[in-house]
Amino acid sequence: MDETQVLAKFRDVFADVMDIDDPEIGMESTAKDFEEWDSLSNIRLVVAVERAFGTRFSNADIEGFSCVGDLVRALVARAG
Amino acid sequence: MHFPTTDPLGLPWLLPAPDDLRAQVRALGGGTDAIAAHALTGLAGHALDLDQLTSVAKLLDKGRARIEPGTLTPLRLAVLMDGTADHLAPAIRASGLRHGLLIDTWVAPYGQALAEATRPGSDLGASGVQMALVASDFRSLGLGRPHVDAGAAEDAVAGALARMEAIVGGLAARKITPVLATVPVPAGGWMGSFDALAPGSPAAMVTEFNVRLAGLARDRGALLFDAARVAALVGHGRWFDDGLWNRSKIPFALDAVPLWADHVARLLGAARGKARKCLVLDLDNTLWGGIIGDDGLEGIKLGQGSSDGEAHLAVQAMALDLKARGVVLAVVSKNEDAAARLPFQKHPEMLLREADIAVFLANWNDKATNIAHVATTLNIGVDALLFLDDNPAERARVRQMLPQVAVPEVPADPSLYPMMVMGSGWFDAVALSDDDLKRAEQYRANAERSVALQQIGDYDDYLASLDMACELSAFDGIGRARIAQLINKSNQFNLTTRRYTEAEVAAAEAEPQVFDLQVRLVDRFGDTGMISVVIARASGEEWLIDTWLMSCRVLGRRVEEAVLASLVQGARAAGAKRLVGEWLPSPKNAMVERHYEKLGFKPAGMIDGGGTRWVLDLADHVQPKLPMALSGDRSFAA
Repeated sequence: MDETQVLAKFRDVFADVMDIDDPEIGMESTAKDFEEWDSLSNIRLVVAVERAFGTRFSNADIEGFSCVGDLVRALVARAG
Repeated sequence: MHFPTTDPLGLPWLLPAPDDLRAQVRALGGGTDAIAAHALTGLAGHALDLDQLTSVAKLLDKGRARIEPGTLTPLRLAVLMDGTADHLAPAIRASGLRHGLLIDTWVAPYGQALAEATRPGSDLGASGVQMALVASDFRSLGLGRPHVDAGAAEDAVAGALARMEAIVGGLAARKITPVLATVPVPAGGWMGSFDALAPGSPAAMVTEFNVRLAGLARDRGALLFDAARVAALVGHGRWFDDGLWNRSKIPFALDAVPLWADHVARLLGAARGKARKCLVLDLDNTLWGGIIGDDGLEGIKLGQGSSDGEAHLAVQAMALDLKARGVVLAVVSKNEDAAARLPFQKHPEMLLREADIAVFLANWNDKATNIAHVATTLNIGVDALLFLDDNPAERARVRQMLPQVAVPEVPADPSLYPMMVMGSGWFDAVALSDDDLKRAEQYRANAERSVALQQIGDYDDYLASLDMACELSAFDGIGRARIAQLINKSNQFNLTTRRYTEAEVAAAEAEPQVFDLQVRLVDRFGDTGMISVVIARASGEEWLIDTWLMSCRVLGRRVEEAVLASLVQGARAAGAKRLVGEWLPSPKNAMVERHYEKLGFKPAGMIDGGGTRWVLDLADHVQPKLPMALSGDRSFAA
């Protein structure tokens, strides 16, 4: 999967977790852009992403993500 | 999220969530119309994952003012948790809908459980909370690290328990019923299998803590939530997620939250009398394999020797085990009556016999109609029924016609039926009273009584022929569990539908201004057990009747007149002049709207919400002759 495909799949997961229809989310998006994206829903988001992409992040990985793009690039790298 | 069909994490006894669930939630939440209880319970009746539960809970928040509770019972619950609970509270609230409750939650700040329960002037004390879920974690109880020294292990367990005792004491002082959660046993080991023999291993300490916690709950009238068993059901390897704990103090895997929350909700529902009372069974391919009308007695599959035969036998064993603890059994089947009864009478391997079935309806009517008839015959609501049927079309039809009936999904393999029925939690209990044990016998005796009436004809002669003995007594420790159960279960013959916990009942006993009454009835057909409860409060020359309820099993037996006689004589002895009664309407208690009028009370005005107030001048009351012998310390019998 390339970045576009991963981002599209991430957007679906994000919509379900945050309970937002068609969220406007891009590589530069951060938690500040969404009222619903708080520390608690972020935990649910990470677990949902791990499940959807069949992978598992370490706490160090998660602390290193500063925007959606970081997460997407990490997922692309893991998908190989 | 997709789980294999029998994975408990996926709540497989519920229908899968519809694809457009979020849109449905949004549609209900938008606009300004009232939100009907059945729309909410319809949504929550599906197997929802954590995101979906969260979105339903959001609807409860946003639409709270527009919700018409209907038959949902409101409950204010505090969540006192070691670790993060903010994601658990919404899941409990959404799951509560599935078990008849409209829950509001109050979550203690992180790490503040003990302080909130015990500190004078804490926010919890002022929150109006009725119950508090106290869920500990082995890591914060100090049971996560092993002790080589047995004495140190004992100290650790005793210390953890002392913390729980302090919380229970603080809650009791605030009149909040504690719901104590057992602690899931840690997955990690220390010395392998030897952990089970070493008192200082975390596994052994947590196991010992749980045993003592159950004792504490029993001694203090608290509810016990067996979270350890839920975790064991899932498997500790999947239950715990150390990464989540380290990152956010999330106590267990997010995938397990829906199952955990449903178990919390079913327990709270059972405590509020929402558990199901009657198991309605289909016959063909449910109680036996094959179709009795086509295959005949020799052709149906039942009993040892075939896998399906053993599976159906296990369904029957489950039904009998439920009956043994007070669940009533009924049969609803599309069959000729004679053919349907044949296996019960003649099949050597049948565990169930006709005498086990309180209502047996085998005919060609619509099943929903028959199921409604079962409820009428037993004098219980359709929301007290659970219907088990192998046929998906029949299940769908009953869900559509009678959405209040619990209808578990079952997979094709009958071996899995018992797990789905019992796993659903709709039969969960919070106490087992002597009356539960006698209930099946009572319903059978009721059937005999109606035959007796047909034979005798005149109603007064009939009542006299019953040889009734009525015992009227003050509340006591022996009756307390059943008193609390009646207070929380009775809906129809219940003047005010006020619910009290066992702890509150105990408190009422001790109050000098309270006149409390428990009533038992025996007749020549059997012991109907405790069937009526009254709580009245003296205030100057008036006695206000706070609670008056009666089991519908003894309707028309003039028990209410015996109760009134006790009240009148008690009030006169205390120097009172008047009895004041109230009828507060609920969705189910229309049958007692004219209760006080029938007993000779005079109207004394309206109460907000459509209720009525009634007064009886004690000087006016003339005691009628009753067709029963009276006894007990509040019978005032000569």
